[in-house]
Parts: sequence; C-alpha cells; structure tokens
Amino acid sequence: MAINEKIPGERIIEKFPGGEIILAKSEDLMKWAKGSSLWPLTFGLSCCAIEMMATGASHFDIDRIGSGVFRGSPRQCDVMIVAGTICVKMGDCLKKLYEQMPEPKYVIAMGNCAIGGGIFYYDTYSVVKGTETLGVPVDVYVAGCPPRPENLLHGIMKLQEKIKNAKQRSPSKNKE
Amino acid sequence: MLNSEVLQKIKNKFPDISIEETPNALIISKSAFLDVAHFLKDEMTFENCHCVTAVDRKDKMELVYHLYSTPNHFMLTLKTIVPLDDLTVESISGLWRSADWLEREVFDLFGIKFLNHPDLRRIMNPDNWTDFPLRKDFKRADFIPRPQSQGLNK
Repeated sequence: MAINEKIPGERIIEKFPGGEIILAKSEDLMKWAKGSSLWPLTFGLSCCAIEMMATGASHFDIDRIGSGVFRGSPRQCDVMIVAGTICVKMGDCLKKLYEQMPEPKYVIAMGNCAIGGGIFYYDTYSVVKGTETLGVPVDVYVAGCPPRPENLLHGIMKLQEKIKNAKQRSPSKNKE
Repeated sequence: MLNSEVLQKIKNKFPDISIEETPNALIISKSAFLDVAHFLKDEMTFENCHCVTAVDRKDKMELVYHLYSTPNHFMLTLKTIVPLDDLTVESISGLWRSADWLEREVFDLFGIKFLNHPDLRRIMNPDNWTDFPLRKDFKRADFIPRPQSQGLNK
C-alpha cells in the first residue's frame, strides 16, 4: 500500500520503511474509516433539499469526501442531514427515523429552519423551531437560507474533523 | 352573459340576496344558502367550485365560496355570514365534490362545522389538536407573534 502524503489519514499512519506495512492505532483507523464513509439519510424536507441534491450531483460531487451514498433506509445511515423546514407532523417522523439509525449516528442541521425555525420563527403554528427542540442532538449546524453546496460540504468536513478528534464516544449521546 | 345579467337572474330568483359591489360578491343568509347553491349548480351552469375559505371578522365568521361557470367564463363569489355562537353551515360537498377537502381545510383552520359532510376530519394539522390556528384569538405557548417594528424614529 503506497501512502500518499496528501491523503486524510496521513497524520495517523506511520510510514514503515519498505512501504508494505502500516502502523496505526486501531482506534484512529476506525475513526478515519467512520469519518470517510459518512452515509447520509435521504431526508430532504424543503428547498434545502435542492441544494443537498446539487451537492450530490457531479458538479459539487459529495462522493469525493465519501458521503455520496444517500440511503433510503435509516438503518443503513450514519448521518441525518435535516435539510429544510420541520413541520409539527414531520417532527414525529424525524424522531422515529433518528431512533432507527444505528450507532454511531450524527445529525447535521442544514439551513436556518432546521437550526431554529428560520423565517418561520414568528407567527407560525405548524413549524418546529429547530431540530434540537425535538430532542435530537445536532452535531453540525450549517447556516444559510438555503446554504450553498460548498457550505454543506464544509459542514460534512467539520463533522469528519469532529469524529477524528473525538475522545471515546459514549454509546448514545441521548443519555449524556 | 354579462356580469349584471348573471347577478340579475339570481336576484330575480332570490330577492333577499344582497350584492356587494367591490369585490363582486353575493351575500346569502345561512338558511337560504343550500337553495341558492342548488340553483347555481343546476340552472346557472356553475359546475366548478375551486375555493372555499373563511374570514375571521372577530364578531362573526365569513365563509367565501368561489364558483366558476365554464360555458359563460364567469366567476362568482358567494359569501355567507356565520355567527360565532353557531359555527355550523350546510355542506355543499354533495353538489361539488371538490368542496369536500376544501371544507375540511376550513374546518381544520377555522373550526366551522359543515353539516352533512361525508368525512369531516382535520386535513393537514395533527388530529389531536383542539384549537384552530387561523382564528384571530389563536394563542399557544410556542406561538411567537412577530414583534411590531419600532420604525426609523425610535
């Protein structure tokens, strides 16, 4: 295995003379693998979903950071990208989907509506004011209305950073 | 058919209807509402009902129906006043099938009950809600009214 200086795992892998063996802490390798294959849940709720689709398409190409495998089932996902306005009825579905995801699981709140209600904060009876008010813990907030695809890519990269620098994670963040 | 002709024809049949000039609308009493609707559907070729909504005037509710006659290319607005102490009105979903869901929507948002409606449930909001969001006196703990602008002077 030839090790390129520019690969993301550069800092956690020791080059061994001869180039056939690598040395690394297994925990670091696991974190590297986890962060580099974040499979998102297909969970577009409104206009932010359009930006999420653009991020998945070839121009912005979410695949190059390993997150292009949008899954239709929460049981195969690592990260839920809450892309859009959460209505009261959808809030229950969101919680159910989050509970169905296997550990380790992460949540990205994409756009102002998912962060805190956005333009629907005042004078609305049907919009949930942020993902966290549902009791779903959020790892990365991506601001914007809607955020550009670059912002979402940046958010995913921030999440990768968070995973790689994490101390031993407790099995469920809900219980903390 | 011209605007005035249509209105005149209806006025001849039901003399106690009052006509509002702007916007062009017929105001019908609640008791005569079903008769007028039958007349418009069967004899005046208004075969399309594409909007049912309500207005909360605080002292009364105003129901608004929009009917369209394709042969005459004519749109008619019907209004009925519903008093607050008796928020019921006859359903017209037997005449226009499209009114079924529209009336459910009005029930969902304003709480006006439609008598003889085939399936009067909430259409969009959660079934366990007991209040009606588009009423003027709607209040809830998590409902945050928009703060009034202080203007440029303050």
